Amino acid sequence: MNRSSASWVPWLLLLPALVLLVAFTHYPAVATLWHSVFSTARAGASSVYVGAENYQLLVEDPVFWQALRNNLLFALITVPVAIVLSIAMALWVHRQVPGRALLRLAYFTPAILPMIAVANIWLFFYTPQYGLIAQISQAFGWGDHNWLGQPSTALPALMVVTIWKEAGFFMIFYLAALQQISPTLAEAAALEGASRWQFFRRVQWPLLMPTTVFVVINAVINAFRLVDHIVVMTRGGPDNATQLLLYYIYQVAFSFWDTSYAAALTVVLLTLLAVVAFVKFRLLDSRTHYQ
Amino acid sequence: MTTPASPTSATHTPAKLRAGLPAFSANGRANLIDTAGAWLLGLLWLLPLLYAFWSAFHSSAYATHFSLSAPLTLENFVHAWQAAPFGRYLINTFVLVTAILAAQLVLATLAAYAFARFTFRGSEVAFMIVLLQLMVMPDVLIVENYRTIAWMGLRDTILGIALPYFASAFGIFLLRQAFKTVPRELDDAARVEGANAWQVLWRVYVPLARPVYVAYALVSISHHWNNFLWPLIVTNSVEARPLTVGLQVFASTDQGIDWSMITAATLMTAAPLFIAFLLFQRQFVQSFMRAGIR
Repeated sequence: MNRSSASWVPWLLLLPALVLLVAFTHYPAVATLWHSVFSTARAGASSVYVGAENYQLLVEDPVFWQALRNNLLFALITVPVAIVLSIAMALWVHRQVPGRALLRLAYFTPAILPMIAVANIWLFFYTPQYGLIAQISQAFGWGDHNWLGQPSTALPALMVVTIWKEAGFFMIFYLAALQQISPTLAEAAALEGASRWQFFRRVQWPLLMPTTVFVVINAVINAFRLVDHIVVMTRGGPDNATQLLLYYIYQVAFSFWDTSYAAALTVVLLTLLAVVAFVKFRLLDSRTHYQ
Repeated sequence: MTTPASPTSATHTPAKLRAGLPAFSANGRANLIDTAGAWLLGLLWLLPLLYAFWSAFHSSAYATHFSLSAPLTLENFVHAWQAAPFGRYLINTFVLVTAILAAQLVLATLAAYAFARFTFRGSEVAFMIVLLQLMVMPDVLIVENYRTIAWMGLRDTILGIALPYFASAFGIFLLRQAFKTVPRELDDAARVEGANAWQVLWRVYVPLARPVYVAYALVSISHHWNNFLWPLIVTNSVEARPLTVGLQVFASTDQGIDWSMITAATLMTAAPLFIAFLLFQRQFVQSFMRAGIR
């Protein structure tokens, strides 16, 4: 068969994938925009064009702003902390620490467990009176604290779970990158009398940069995409202290059944993801080209 | 989502990855501080899991009472298994994960073949359309996708959960990269022998891309085994619910606060994937590295 003969062959090959991609990614993205300028159909009132009304609502909605602020804070704190820890893990596992196979397993295991399952375990950790943390802190006479019940500690408590779950996952990317750094560089650095910190700062860190960019982008996307632990541990509470954008969308759409307002919220989330995508391509443009 | 720039991307030296995680020697031995720090963090990381095991295998009287003399029991597992249809949930998850993977492999193979080996008008536009899904994942389009699934009459079905994931941009991208590394000569030789396009795909490309298929399969399985929010939205009956949603229903409504039973159920939910992970640890880690991201 000649490759250039039948031009419909490649399109036939692409058809099933393209149809489903468009149906569940491109169409819904456009439909979200469309529905965000209509009112939600209710019993006795059909959906009508309302222009920017849903967005007006959004600007005046304190819960939306709280969710946005929480989400940005969530990304701003969990991403760097998880990255620092994952680099530390990778450096340790990379060196000949005793029992490093077991250690690697310990670090990586949270990454493959369902978030929903580990969230249940952490929920118990945080439970006042009975929970493990409460037991320990009471044993030391530090008293009891309702970690998930207090607005001030609920979001940080959830951040801990996310960091715990993701650091080991990122570690394997750093580990792979470290293994590709030529050993001669370490030898040269040693000859020059460089300290470990200097070697890391001047050699390893710059060489790990592409990995860091990759990890940061995926971590930021995850910060906006993953809300399983919110469902299990706080349901956005107390007093919206742990409200994140996607969870708020879920609540508005499937608890309050206001799909138009949920559409407007989704547009905000899509815009944020588009910004991430834009940054990604700008950052990577200089180093990569799809071919 | 993947980044060709990353040293872990699919394009990079399969041979190196196949060789596993080689011991690194030039960087010297770890000193005491390293060891202590590494293990302190390791224990901290293991703590939640160790605790889950403790609680699941002891009666609830010992849930927070740590004593070496505490008798081991399987009662929590038995009770949890009887209290909720976990067997059914397990089958649902199994069907769900299998259906998604099968559809993904077939659709991605066909599309990747088109992109890798055919020159045609509009191929770049088509590829951009595919890549867009890497940015806008179905995960965040829950409202509109729910509307579509309801319109199709697939609410509360396993197919309804699975359908949005059938076409995977990531799978297409990964296989396209793999197919592009297949030497053109092999392709030509097969055609000279009289093989048609299907036979070339099946006999030449698919076998040569096997490691990539394995990597993608492991990533896809673990992602969809653990997926929660979308199945939670689409399902509302025992017949369609996967394990993750079943666990949440069990933990939030049925049980009050019997933590021993909840942790037992939690372990049951994670067990099949976790055991598979322990058995094929190296393949899993390499797959995640190779695939870049789930």
